Amino acid sequence: MDAITDNLSLFAGGYRTSLLIALLGLVGSLLVGTAVTALRVSPLAPLRAAGAGWVHLLRNCPLTVVLFFMAFGLPEIGVNGSYYVFGVSALVVYTSAFVCEALRSGINAVPQGQAEAARALGLSFTQTLGTVILPQAFRTSIPPLGSVLIAMFKNSAIIGAFGVSGDLFDVGEALTSARGYAVLPVLTGVAVGYLGITVPVAAIMAALERKVAIYR
Amino acid sequence: MVVLHGVEKHFGSLHVLRDVNLTVSEGEVVVVIGPSGSGKSTLCRTINRLETIDAGRIEVDGTVLPEEGKALARLRSEVGMVFQSFNLFHHKTVLENVTLGPVKVRKVRRADATATALALLERVGVADQKDKYPAQLSGGQQQRVAIARALAMRPKVMLFDEPTSALDPEMINEVLDVMTALARDGMTMLVVTHEMGFARRAADRVVFMADGQILEDAAPSTFFTDPRSVRAQDFLSKILTH
Repeated sequence: MDAITDNLSLFAGGYRTSLLIALLGLVGSLLVGTAVTALRVSPLAPLRAAGAGWVHLLRNCPLTVVLFFMAFGLPEIGVNGSYYVFGVSALVVYTSAFVCEALRSGINAVPQGQAEAARALGLSFTQTLGTVILPQAFRTSIPPLGSVLIAMFKNSAIIGAFGVSGDLFDVGEALTSARGYAVLPVLTGVAVGYLGITVPVAAIMAALERKVAIYR
Repeated sequence: MVVLHGVEKHFGSLHVLRDVNLTVSEGEVVVVIGPSGSGKSTLCRTINRLETIDAGRIEVDGTVLPEEGKALARLRSEVGMVFQSFNLFHHKTVLENVTLGPVKVRKVRRADATATALALLERVGVADQKDKYPAQLSGGQQQRVAIARALAMRPKVMLFDEPTSALDPEMINEVLDVMTALARDGMTMLVVTHEMGFARRAADRVVFMADGQILEDAAPSTFFTDPRSVRAQDFLSKILTH
């Protein structure tokens, strides 16, 4: 227990950093994922192909590979940044592929007639998507989106292991290997920290699902 | 107002519209009837390009239907459409359903759009439901909201694609009454329906379709008492005997 009680402030710092990464990842992947979804359902074939390419590439590569490409590949072509920026970016683009597919499942669940009615009123493709399709798709996508986001929060640990200092995973590693604390209590502390992020997220998603349910 | 000239349409190997020629003049009410699968819904949906055509020409108010993009959206905004399955926006209230088009497409101020919408909802008899969601309304009420939603765009012509086919018998009349009133007010209408009573009462012309072709185009009195084609005689004998 000492391992945790002695280092409460360290754990709290790690929790804050991980939470911040999670929030950046959440906002970023939702924005990028929505944009990619718009590409995938576009009436223009080249845009659809670009969206599909993005999803297939990122969804089928391990996160660590995406991360290495970002952190070591980008500097080679002259794009420089901190591990933090590269790490969060990798997490965002990687997760955006899964967000896209979750959203697309929601879009497919919106009856065809909704888009037809919107187009018949004279709404453009973007307006139809933004005001009629996506708001309904988001609601049906909440359960799969919840899983995707929880997976993302857990994946943020990989960024920690990769060298973004001060997040929960990094704190755990520092305490066990550098300072020689017993592994089990420290890891328990780390696990509790992650649960402290993911469990509330699951609860928020469940509440959101009840609140915005649409009755058809 | 609406002119179809030599329109052809295939669904794969199925030839659903064969050399369709049809003119709907301003203020005219044309009712399209015919057996299932005769192509009448498809015909209706080609007029605002919800279905594309393979050959021929469609004009609305003197303009040939644009292929895609802004021009098509603008033309669609001038053609009201009422669907068999209502297609009200599930996530928006009745009032929001009716104001969405004017606000987003016509850029009308929300307050003005709301005033117009309330007047229209009053006209179709569902003003007291304005804050409910579509799923909380009966089918007949939903369809009347859908009519108000289309009217809110001040369309030049209204298309009705089997507007009462998904309704319980007791709700059919409340929708037909609204449509009859609209016809009386001089709205240009193309109505695909199985309601022969409505065709008799409100139509200026009845168009009979079978196998993707227009076989008859006549005044209702002529069509119902003296159909020329065997196909129409057969159709009428089946539906009018009971």
